[in-house]
Amino acid sequence: MQRTSSPVSPQTGAPALQARTFECMGTVISLTMPVGVAAEGQPRLDELAAATAVVKSLFRELDETFSLYRPDSEASRLARGELTLRTASARMRERYAEAHEWRLRTEGAFTPERPDGVLDLSGIIKGHAIREAGTSLLALGRRDWCLNAGGDVLVSGSPRPGSTEAWKAGIVDPSDRRTLITGYALGAGGQHTGLATSGSAERGEHIWRLGSGSEFVHVTVAAPDIVTADVLATAIVSGGTPMLNLATDNWDVAVLAIRADGSMLSTPAFRYT
Amino acid sequence: MKIRGIAAAAFASAGILLAGWQAGTQVSGISTVATGTTAAGTTGATGTGTAGTGSSTASGSSGTTGSSSTSGTSGSSSSSGSSGSTGSGTYKGTAVQTRFGPVQVQITVANGKITDVTALQLTNADGKSVQISNRAAPLLRSKVLAAQSANVQTVSGATVTSDAYLTSLQAAIDAAHL
Repeated sequence: MQRTSSPVSPQTGAPALQARTFECMGTVISLTMPVGVAAEGQPRLDELAAATAVVKSLFRELDETFSLYRPDSEASRLARGELTLRTASARMRERYAEAHEWRLRTEGAFTPERPDGVLDLSGIIKGHAIREAGTSLLALGRRDWCLNAGGDVLVSGSPRPGSTEAWKAGIVDPSDRRTLITGYALGAGGQHTGLATSGSAERGEHIWRLGSGSEFVHVTVAAPDIVTADVLATAIVSGGTPMLNLATDNWDVAVLAIRADGSMLSTPAFRYT
Repeated sequence: MKIRGIAAAAFASAGILLAGWQAGTQVSGISTVATGTTAAGTTGATGTGTAGTGSSTASGSSGTTGSSSTSGTSGSSSSSGSSGSTGSGTYKGTAVQTRFGPVQVQITVANGKITDVTALQLTNADGKSVQISNRAAPLLRSKVLAAQSANVQTVSGATVTSDAYLTSLQAAIDAAHL
């Protein structure tokens, strides 16, 4: 899905936002960067293409290992019992350990296992892939970017390099996905750079719910990192209000939670005063 | 059940009586015992009420002992137990450093029961009031921060499939940045 480039508007001098997309993990990943003229020290369009290629290969590699949709993946072989964690790769065991740590910290609301007992790390792999991609982009020297993987967002810097302007993220209205219900400022020196939304709006009931926890149809979490945002959003959909309170009491997060009847709960960050 | 309660109250009153008797006629000593009893009871208010009923039984038995003056003192001690509600008021805890800045908890006590807990908003170095609770609270849609799709650079929503992406706001934004 790599798209052809369009020329940057060099007459203004100001870097224009440019985006490149690719498909992986059953969704679309977008990388957006301010692209300017080389003389101003801004990344050029070919550098956005190079950065996208790095992110893409990283996502592909993780998908090949962790996808349960690929019968030949290590995760699928584990699920079929052909492998055990003891004989699994180090990266598989690391993710399992991380997912298990989250299960403890969320008191079971987030779990790396399906109800049938099959190991399912898909709840943490996308967040992990975004985190790794972010680390790679910084290592490439890219300071200002916004990475969106199927609605989960990680940003660095600002859409206007050198300024304190934050990246503005819109949050989709679960009752009308063509409109935004609210927005959230990410990055630019702010404490939160990761934003994730969980819910049953797009993929159906893909989150395993605890007891009577099927309270929220949409949960958005902003956090200092994308994995925390992603895991806690999933955990709150699964665990309902008790998990929501556990999250706001124990993590530096902003949360917006919407019930099926449209009623909302939110931390002060989303509130208009 | 009621009989047991009265009996227990009688025992309690008798205990106070006995303590009062042992302490001689020192009123201050007795009132100390009474306060201690009220404080130990988890249901202080109901306990006092039952003790009031029981004290009549106790005074009967005190009548047998003949030390009517002591029973009089025990009556006053039980009333001082109920006037343990003079312990009503507000109390402040020690200031604790949180990521929202210093926070101090204040409790309001009435009749031995905590009726309210408030987190006091202390001010930070700038003299500005700090946000002390990050708890999620109900809010109306009109009170949520508004955002226009034309003004955002990215969109967060429940995971979109590759197919759903084609008709998503994120796709529109990406297309605008191509």
